[in-house]
Amino acid sequence: MNILVCISVVPDTTTKIRFADDNTRLDVAGVQWVINPWDELSLTRALELKDDASAGVNQVSIAHVGTTASEPTLRKALAMGADNAFRVNGEFNDAYQVAAGLAEVIKAGQFDMVLCGIESSDYNGSNVGSMLAEMLELPSVSAISSLKVEDGKALIIREIDGGKEVISVFAPFVGIVQKGIAKEPRIASMRGIMQARTKPIQVIETAATEAFTRVIRFEPPQPRAACKFIDPDNAGELISLLQKEAKLL
Amino acid sequence: MSVLIYAENWDGKFKKLTFELASYGARIAEMLGTKLIAVSIGNVEESELKQLGRFGVEKVIAADNKRLKQFDSQAYSGLIAQLAQKEGAKVIILASNNAGKSIAPRLSVRLKAALGSGVNKLPLSTDPFVVSKKVFSGNAFAQLLLDTPVKIITLLQNSFDLGEKPVDITVENLQTDLGGLEVKTEVIEIRKQEGNILLTDAEIVVSGGRGMKSPDNWQPIVELAELLNAATACSRPVSDEGWRPHEEHTGQTGKIIAPNLYFAVGISGATQHLAGVSSSKYIVAINNDKSAPIFEAAQYGIVGDAQKVLPQIIEAVKELRNK
Ligand SMILES: Cc1cc2nc3c(=O)[nH]c(=O)nc-3n(C[C@H](O)[C@H](O)[C@H](O)COP(=O)(O)OP(=O)(O)OC[C@H]3O[C@@H](n4cnc5c(N)ncnc54)[C@H](O)[C@@H]3O)c2cc1C
Repeated sequence: MNILVCISVVPDTTTKIRFADDNTRLDVAGVQWVINPWDELSLTRALELKDDASAGVNQVSIAHVGTTASEPTLRKALAMGADNAFRVNGEFNDAYQVAAGLAEVIKAGQFDMVLCGIESSDYNGSNVGSMLAEMLELPSVSAISSLKVEDGKALIIREIDGGKEVISVFAPFVGIVQKGIAKEPRIASMRGIMQARTKPIQVIETAATEAFTRVIRFEPPQPRAACKFIDPDNAGELISLLQKEAKLL
Repeated sequence: MSVLIYAENWDGKFKKLTFELASYGARIAEMLGTKLIAVSIGNVEESELKQLGRFGVEKVIAADNKRLKQFDSQAYSGLIAQLAQKEGAKVIILASNNAGKSIAPRLSVRLKAALGSGVNKLPLSTDPFVVSKKVFSGNAFAQLLLDTPVKIITLLQNSFDLGEKPVDITVENLQTDLGGLEVKTEVIEIRKQEGNILLTDAEIVVSGGRGMKSPDNWQPIVELAELLNAATACSRPVSDEGWRPHEEHTGQTGKIIAPNLYFAVGISGATQHLAGVSSSKYIVAINNDKSAPIFEAAQYGIVGDAQKVLPQIIEAVKELRNK
C-alpha cells in the first residue's frame, strides 16, 4: 500500500498576522513557515503505519502545491521520514486550484490512501480534502481521529456531532484527519535530516485551472471592549453582572 | 432560481442550527428576490419537516432511502447536487459542521461553484457576491469573492440569529433509487455521547485549563456547568494529560465553538486556544495572573485563585435560581 500525505505550508501558529498592500495580502516578512499542524499529524500516522509491518505500507509520499519557497518546509517533512515529495508548482490561495493541482499528482501515481488535514491553519477552509476526493471520484471519510489498516481495508474512527462512528472503507480513498490521529508530531532525527537532503522532490508543472474565489481584502478582528474586573473576594458579583448587564442568565 | 439549504437532522429531529440555516437562507433569498427551499435526507416526520416553514422555507424536498440511512459524503453530495440543479439553486447553504464541511467541497466540484466556508454573517454584497469568513484561526477575517454563477456557503454555528418568517410550506417526498450514487463506506458502529449537552450546541460553556492543577479539582467546573445548563470544555494540555476527555478540547486543533458565554478558568489564553473560542459572544476569565493574555479577550475578569473564586460563583448562581 502506498500513502500520499498532502502538505500545506502555513505561518507558524504563534505568528503575529499582518497584512500588506492595503490589507489585500498577507505580509510574509518575518513569517516562520511550518507544516500545517494537522498535516504534520497525518504524516506522523502514515509513518507509524509504515513502521508497523502488519499494515503493509510500502511507501509514504508527500504532495504540496506551492512555489520553491516551500521547499525548506517540505525537506522537514522528508526528514520526519517521508520517502519522496511532489511539488506542483504554482502560487494559489483558492482551494479548488490547490485540489486540482494535488489531483495531478494522484492521477500520475499509484496511491491507495490519500491523507489530508481537516483544515489548513491559514485559510481555515476545510475544502481541499473533499474537493480532491470528488475530483478523483473517490470515497472519503472526514474528521478521522483513528486510522488502522487491515488487509487493504482501512478501519477508521471518525467524529460525528454527538459521538463517534467506526467506519471501514476499501482503498483507494481519501482520509481527512483531525486531532487524535497521532499523539505528537514525529520529531526528525539527525539521520533523517541528513537523508532528507538527497531525497527527491519532483516538481510538476501544470496549467492552472481557473480560481472560483478570490480574497478581496483582509480585516483584523474587531477589538473587544476592555475587560471589566470583579473583586475576587466578591466574585458572586459576576453573576449579577452577567444577568443584568450582559442579559445572559 | 432558488436558494437551497441542506436541512440536516439528528435522529429525525432538527436542531437550532437547522433553523439558523433556514433563517440565514431566507434573508439571502430576500436579497436575491427568490424563494428558499430545503433538502432533508433521512427519515424525518412530516410535522418536523413543516417546522422549517416557520423560518421561511417554502418547499422541503425529503429524500428517504434506506441506503441513505448512514452518512456518506459522496452519496449525499451527489443527491444534493442533482436536486440543486433541478431546482435552479443559485446559492446553496450548509452548516459549517462535520457533515456540511464534507459535503460542500464535493458540491463545489460537481457544480463548478465557488465555496465560502466558515462564513459568519450575511453576504457583504450579492453582485458581486462577497462573503466574510474567518481566516488565520480567528486572527483575521477575509472578504471573499465567490466568482461563479452558483455559490456555496457553509455557515458557522451560532453566528446568525433565528428569524421567524412563517410561510406555507409544501413537502415533496422524493422517491429516489439513487441511480448512479454509490455508498462506498460502511459504518460498523456508532458510539453516541451519553447525556451531556454537546459542546458545539451549548449556549454556555465552562472550561478549565492547566491552572486547575489536577483532575481531582474539576468538581466545581462540572457543578457550575450543571447549574447553568452548560457544557464542559478544557484546554489542550488538559486533554493531552488525560485529565478530561479529548472531546472537550477547544482551540485551533480541537473544537471551534461560538457559545453566548464562555468561562475560561485557569486558562492562560494562548493564541491557539483563543482560535477556538474567540467567537464566543462573552468571555469570562478567572486566572490568578493579572497579566494572562486571556484577560485581553475577556469582557469580565476575576484575578484570583480558581478554587476560591468558583465556589462563590456557584453560590451566587444558586441564589439566583432560588429567587
Ligand atoms: C500547533 C499548536 C496547536 C495548539 N492547539 C491548541 C488548542 O487547540 N487548544 C489549546 O488550548 N491549546 C493549544 N495549543 C497549546 C497552547 O499553545 C497553550 O500551550 C495551551 O492553550 C495552554 O493551556 P492552559 O492555558 O490550560 O495552560 P497554561 O498556559 O499553563 O496556563 C494555565 C493558566 O492558569 C493560571 N493559573 C494557575 N493556577 C491558577 C489558580 N490556582 N487559579 C486560577 N488560575 C490559575 C495561570 O496563571 C495560567 O495563566 C497548541 C499549541 C500548538 C503549538
